[in-house]
Amino acid sequence: MSIAKGREITISALKYNPRDKASKPTFVDYKLEETPGMTLFIALTKIREELDADLSFDFVCRAGICGSCGMVVNGKPVLACRTLIANFPEGKLQLMPMPAFDLIKDLSVNTGKWMDAMSVKVESWIVNNEEVDITKMESKVDPDVADETFELDRCIECGICVASCGTKLMRPDFVGPVGLNRVARFEVDPHDERTAEDFYELIGDDNGIFGCMSLLACEDHCPKHLPLQNKIAYLRRKLVALK
Amino acid sequence: MKINYCDALVIGGGLAGLRAGVAAQKKGLNTVVLSLVPVKRSHSAAAQGGMQASLGNSKMSDGDNEDLHFADTVKGSDWGCDQEVARMFVHTAPKAIRELAAWGVPWTRVREGSREAIINAKKTTITEDGDRAGLIMSRDFGGTKKWRTCYTADATGHTMLFGVANEALKHKVDVRDRKEAISLIHEDNRCYGAIVRDLITGELEAYVAKGTCIATGGYGRVFKQTTNAVICEGIGAAIALETGIATLGNMEAVQFHPTPIVPSGILLTEGCRGDGGILRDVDGHRFMPDYEPEKKELASRDVVSRRMIEHIRNGKGVPSPYGDHIWLDISILGREHIEKNLRDVQEICQIFNGIDPADEGKAGWAPVLPMQHYSMGGIRTNPTGESQTLNGLFSCGEACCWDMHGFNRLGGNSVSETVVAGMIIGNYFADYCLENDVTIGTKTIQKALDAQDTYLDEILAYEGTEDIFRIKNRMQNLMDQKVGIFRDGTGLAEAVDELEELLKKTKQINVKSKSRVGNPELEEAYRVPKMLKIALCVAKGGRERTESRGAHYREDFLKRDDANWLNRTLTSWPDPDQTTPTIAYQELDIMTMEMPPAFRGYGAKGMIIEHELSEKRQIEVDELSEKLQSEGKDRHEIQDALMSFDLPMNYREKNERAGDK
Repeated sequence: MSIAKGREITISALKYNPRDKASKPTFVDYKLEETPGMTLFIALTKIREELDADLSFDFVCRAGICGSCGMVVNGKPVLACRTLIANFPEGKLQLMPMPAFDLIKDLSVNTGKWMDAMSVKVESWIVNNEEVDITKMESKVDPDVADETFELDRCIECGICVASCGTKLMRPDFVGPVGLNRVARFEVDPHDERTAEDFYELIGDDNGIFGCMSLLACEDHCPKHLPLQNKIAYLRRKLVALK
Repeated sequence: MKINYCDALVIGGGLAGLRAGVAAQKKGLNTVVLSLVPVKRSHSAAAQGGMQASLGNSKMSDGDNEDLHFADTVKGSDWGCDQEVARMFVHTAPKAIRELAAWGVPWTRVREGSREAIINAKKTTITEDGDRAGLIMSRDFGGTKKWRTCYTADATGHTMLFGVANEALKHKVDVRDRKEAISLIHEDNRCYGAIVRDLITGELEAYVAKGTCIATGGYGRVFKQTTNAVICEGIGAAIALETGIATLGNMEAVQFHPTPIVPSGILLTEGCRGDGGILRDVDGHRFMPDYEPEKKELASRDVVSRRMIEHIRNGKGVPSPYGDHIWLDISILGREHIEKNLRDVQEICQIFNGIDPADEGKAGWAPVLPMQHYSMGGIRTNPTGESQTLNGLFSCGEACCWDMHGFNRLGGNSVSETVVAGMIIGNYFADYCLENDVTIGTKTIQKALDAQDTYLDEILAYEGTEDIFRIKNRMQNLMDQKVGIFRDGTGLAEAVDELEELLKKTKQINVKSKSRVGNPELEEAYRVPKMLKIALCVAKGGRERTESRGAHYREDFLKRDDANWLNRTLTSWPDPDQTTPTIAYQELDIMTMEMPPAFRGYGAKGMIIEHELSEKRQIEVDELSEKLQSEGKDRHEIQDALMSFDLPMNYREKNERAGDK
C-alpha cells in the first residue's frame, strides 16, 4: 500500500533565547506535509531535522507518560506528544512555551526546577517515624485505599495545571493544583502519619489551599484527568474546619 | 574553571541512579545526582507492567520464592547471566518492594474473594484468601513459573519513580537536572568524576568525586524502531568506553519487545498478555499456541518476538501502510478490567491510533510489531557494580552489565533491577567513597575540561557537507535492518563497515548555528559519534558471536553453542583514533554454577551444542543437593553450599512470607 500525499500544514512556533541579548521573541512559520498519525512530536522532530536545527523543545517518552512536553497549542496548554495534527482541520498550529515557568529557549521551559521547589515546599514524601524492617512482611493496606492513593499518584507533574491557573498569575508563590494534589495524595496514604494540622502548616494560607479561586482550568486541561476540583474542595473544607 | 567537589557522583537520575544516590547520602556522603532531564521524567517512568519480586502473596503466586525467581531469570537469560548476580538480585527484590511500599508506592493489593480472570483465553475463577487480603498483589508475565509481577495498575514505573525521587528530595540528595556528562575524568586507572555540560547555559564544568556511578539507562535509540525514550542514547556507556580503560559487556544482547504499537513504537505492556490478551494474525487466528504449545503468548520476549516475525514471513501478517503487523487482542479481558488495570494502554491506543481496545471484536484489536526495547549489555562490572578495569567507576541499572540478564531479560525484571541494583551497588559504591580520597590535581582536571572545550570548538569549526541528522537516521535504519531480531554474518559485516564509515563522516559535517548555548544541532554533533561507537560495539559483537543465544539470533548459526560461546563479550576502545572496538571474551565457569546450562523449556528443542562440563556439573549439583537434603538441610543451606553469595546491609537476611510455616 502506498501512502497518499498529505495536506500541507503550518506550524508557527515562538522563538526566543533569553540568554542571547540579540534575540527577540518572534513567531517562525514552518510548512510541512502531514503524514498519517502525525503528532507534534513527529512534526517538531521533522522541523528540527530538516528545516530549523536551532529550534528548542523538550520530549522524553513521547507517549504521554513523562510530562516533559507541555506547551501552549492554539491557546491551550497540552502535552505536545499526544497532540494529533489531524485534530486541527485548519492545518494551522501556533505553539508557545507554557507561562508560569522560567523560559529556557523557544518552547522549552524549566518545569523541573519549579516542581522540585513545590515538592520541597509541600514535603511531597511519606512522613513516618517508624523504621521499617524490610526483611519482614509488608503492612497490609485496604485495596480500595491503595487504589485511591494510586488515582492521585498518577499526576506526572507536567505543569499544565499550573500554566492553566489564574491564581498562579496573581500569586507567584502559589503551590498550584499539582501541589495541592500532592498533599491530597499523602492525606489518603495510610503510610503517612501527618495529621490535618500538619498539612495546615504546609498549605494553610493564600499560597496554598485558601488561594485557589476555583476557576478550575486545571481540571479542564489535566492530561491525566485527575479529580482536582473535588480534591481541592475536600482539602479546603477539611483545613478550614481547623481554625 | 568551575569545579564542583562532592563525595559521591551519580550520573543518571532514573530509578537506579536515584536509589544509589539515596544509599550514598544515607551513609553520610555529600552526594550529587546529575540528570539530562528533570528526574521524574526519566525513562523509568515508562515501565508499565510491573516489578518482579517473589512475595507469593496472591493465590496464583502462592509458594513462590527466591529459588523459582532465580531459575526463571537464569533460563530467561539463556544461561548467559552471572548466576551469583542473579542470586543477589532475587534475594533483595522482596526487600526492595517492601521498602518502596514504605516509601509510599501504592502497590495494587490483594482483594479477598472471587474474581474472574482470563487464562489461556478462557474465563477462570480465582479466589483469594482473607488472610492475604491487603498484601501486595501480583500478575502474570512471560517466562515465569508463578504470578510474580507486582504492579500499580499499568503505571508501575511512574509510581516507583515518584516514590524514589521524592525520597531523594527528602534526604536532601543534591539532584541537578539538565546536566550532561560528556567525558569521564580519570588518572592512573582511577575515575574521579566527569566533565559536564549544562544544557541550559552551555557551560562546561568539572564534577570531581571520590567515586562515580553511571546509571544512564540503555542505548535503544541507536535503533530506529524502539520503545525507548528519546534520551536513551547510550551516552553514559559511551563515555565509559571512551576512557579506553573501562569495558562494555555483551553489547550485542539487545531485546526486542513483542508488542509496541504501530507505527509510533509506544509500548503496550507485557501485562496485556500477562492478564490474558492474545496475538492474532491476518485471519484473526490465535497463532502462538501453534508455535509454543506450552507457554503460548507468555514465552520469553525473544521467543515471542521471533515467532511473530516468523509468522509474518509465512504470509500471515496484516498489511498496512507501515508494513505488515500482528494484532494484539485485549478486548477479551472485558471493558471493566481494561479501564481499571490497563488504562494507560487504552489511552495510548485511543490517542495515537484512534482505537478503543475495550471494543469487542476486531474493532478493538491493536496493531503491534516487535521493536527494540531493552539493552542487556552495558558497562561491564563486578557483582559489586565496580568496573573490572577502571577503579572508582561504578554502574547500575540498565547502563550496567553486572550481569543479571545475560542474553535476554524477563519482563518485570528491569524496574526490579533498577531499585535492587540501586540498593546493592549503591551501598558498595558508598563504601568505596567512604574508603577512598580524591587524590587528583587541579591540573589534570583542567586538562580534561580543556579537552572537551577544544572538542566542542572543533565540531563547530567543521566545514564539511554531511548532515548529522542524516548520519543518525542512517545508523538507526541500518541497526534495524541488519542488527535486528534476525541477524546473519553478511548483514552484520555490512553493518559494521557502514557504521565505521558513518563514524568517519561525523567529522565532515557543518553545524549551522555556531552558538555554544542552546544549540540542539551541536548536541547531536557530539552525541552521534558516541552513539555510533555504541552501535559498532553491538554490530561487531553480533558479527563475531557465531551462535544464537537469547535475543541474539543468527540465522546462519541457529544453535546455542555452549561448547564455544558460553562467554561474555567485552568491548573496549583503547585508542581514540581506532574506528571499530577491540573485542575480548570472558569465560563463564560452569563448575561454579548453581544451575548448569540446559533447555529453557520454551523455544525450539534440540538447538543446543552442549558443553561437556554441563552434565558433569549437573551430577555434582544433584548429588550435593540430595546429600544435604537427607541430612535435613533446608533450601537456604543447600543453596549456600552450591553457590554462596554476599550482600551489603542486612540484605542477606531471609525474606519473610505469608506462606512461611
